[in-house]
Amino acid sequence: MEVLSEGKGELIGWHDPDEAREWVFKNKSRALKNKTMSAKEAVSKFINDEDFIASGGFGHVRVSMAIIYEIIRQKKRNLIMAGKTAVHDLDILVGTGCVNKVEAAYSFGHELRGLSPASRRMVESGQCKVVAEISNAGYQWRWLAAMMGVPFIPSRTMLGTDTGKYSSCKVAKDPFSGKPINLIPAAYPDVAFIHVHRCDIYGNAQIDSILVEDFELSRCARRLIITTEEIVDNELIRREPWRTAIPFFVVDAVVEVPYGCHPCEMPGMYYYDEEHIAEWLGLSRTPEGVDEYLNKYVFSVDNFEDYLELCGGVKKLNYLKKREFLREPMIAPWRKEG
Amino acid sequence: MSLKGIVEGKYNLREYLAFIGASVLENEKSVFVGTGLPIIASMLAQKTHAPGLLIIFEAGGIGPLLPELPISVGESRTYYKGISASSMHDTMSLSQAGYIDYGFLGAAQMDVYGNINTTVIGDYALPKVRLPGSGGANDVASFARRLIIIIANQSKRTFVNKVDFLTTPGYLDGPGGREMAGLARDTGPYRVITQLGIYGFDEKTKRLKLISLYPGVSIDEVKENSNFGITIPHKVETSPEPTERDLKILREEIDPAGIVLGK
Repeated sequence: MEVLSEGKGELIGWHDPDEAREWVFKNKSRALKNKTMSAKEAVSKFINDEDFIASGGFGHVRVSMAIIYEIIRQKKRNLIMAGKTAVHDLDILVGTGCVNKVEAAYSFGHELRGLSPASRRMVESGQCKVVAEISNAGYQWRWLAAMMGVPFIPSRTMLGTDTGKYSSCKVAKDPFSGKPINLIPAAYPDVAFIHVHRCDIYGNAQIDSILVEDFELSRCARRLIITTEEIVDNELIRREPWRTAIPFFVVDAVVEVPYGCHPCEMPGMYYYDEEHIAEWLGLSRTPEGVDEYLNKYVFSVDNFEDYLELCGGVKKLNYLKKREFLREPMIAPWRKEG
Repeated sequence: MSLKGIVEGKYNLREYLAFIGASVLENEKSVFVGTGLPIIASMLAQKTHAPGLLIIFEAGGIGPLLPELPISVGESRTYYKGISASSMHDTMSLSQAGYIDYGFLGAAQMDVYGNINTTVIGDYALPKVRLPGSGGANDVASFARRLIIIIANQSKRTFVNKVDFLTTPGYLDGPGGREMAGLARDTGPYRVITQLGIYGFDEKTKRLKLISLYPGVSIDEVKENSNFGITIPHKVETSPEPTERDLKILREEIDPAGIVLGK
């Protein structure tokens, strides 16, 4: 295949497909084993400095905040993060100095809430490097290639643009149609963490919402930490196997954390805690504010239940449930007038 | 601001832009929407002239009847009473395969060919402002048959000769540019909506062309607020105005908190 042009972005997380298969053969057990552990254990066991990490869900929807806070608490450093519509998850990890390299599809923003003061400051001051650009479909298909065990996926996105030029993709002449085609390289994160609605002790997980990229991400990550709203009996999984979004043999750790994606949304359970997000967006305008936030919500507690108490406890959680089901009106405490 | 209805206090700019956005969309077509005004415009279209508008969100929400404005294009509202709640692989594959009629995006900077920038302002290596990047925008613009772009603040700063970073493809360097790059045939920018008027693209030159002006806005304002020359046809229409019912839907049903539309 004739290569027409090559992106100048750094190629993150790519492995030769045979090497990737060998890694799976050696490291991913097919035995049904109890993989439950604490967030603390999971992070210290599976996440190392300089790892390439990826967060499931979609930015501030179904995000594993329990793992993210634990990464901050354990002061992991020099992590590279997949900016695959990474919003609150990425902002807080970049803002606190855990992540200093990003491959960006959508990063440094909070969608309707505006740009992210903390992670933007880190990028604009050179403390965090964007090592490559990509699009959302591009990231999605990096996981797809990896989960399929192939070196790349051909696609018709990013062609002719700077996003493509600054990506790690290569444009080649398609041997079938003769037209230029964009080859999106496989990506295998060292670790991914995904929050789910329910899971058994072995890691068989159900997700009652859109999967976003998690079908592919769960299957291509070298290590996978599942955090779950509840642990259920294996019998429940076997009764409706068509509902299993993630099978046990790709999972390395199962952590039970009710409300574990607060202040983000858990679809069908609880909505965003806009007051908390507004507090972060306000405080993170300065490095001192970031420290204040971390001291208040991360370093002063060592488990998620105590953190939830700090955030307003049962009263707040009941309110967030009502918001999810449209029984409370929208609020936007972060909204700027004008 | 010379827009008549705003001077008269009938509506604000964002309400008007949402209405104009809705008016561009057609019933029984699909639209792939970005955050903010594109969602609001699609909701209004669905609640007025286009009840059969198929709204698609990149993260997997397909065919919802949106109950309120989603903050994120991946939250549960995006498949409320939906047809399907699937995945990004599904929506992006469907898009690439030709199921998307309209893509609908916001932008920070645009050039005469409808190429848009949402990545950096300034130098790429050490940017003055780091913006979020492509997100799904490059994909939508690569795959949708017709791309609609909203830029609420047309000025010499946003209508530029060269975008600081070509995040998302318009007609690239002009006629034939998309085909040469390998992008899908019969795709590209279709309408641009700003605070002054509605634009399209000249069929031959692929350059931005004025289609209609908002009531009270002059052609001089259009020219003054651009770094590049905008093609002005002999006949320029006047854009329609929202009805009381349109405004009521926007204010009471879609964004009662005024998050995007303001109060």
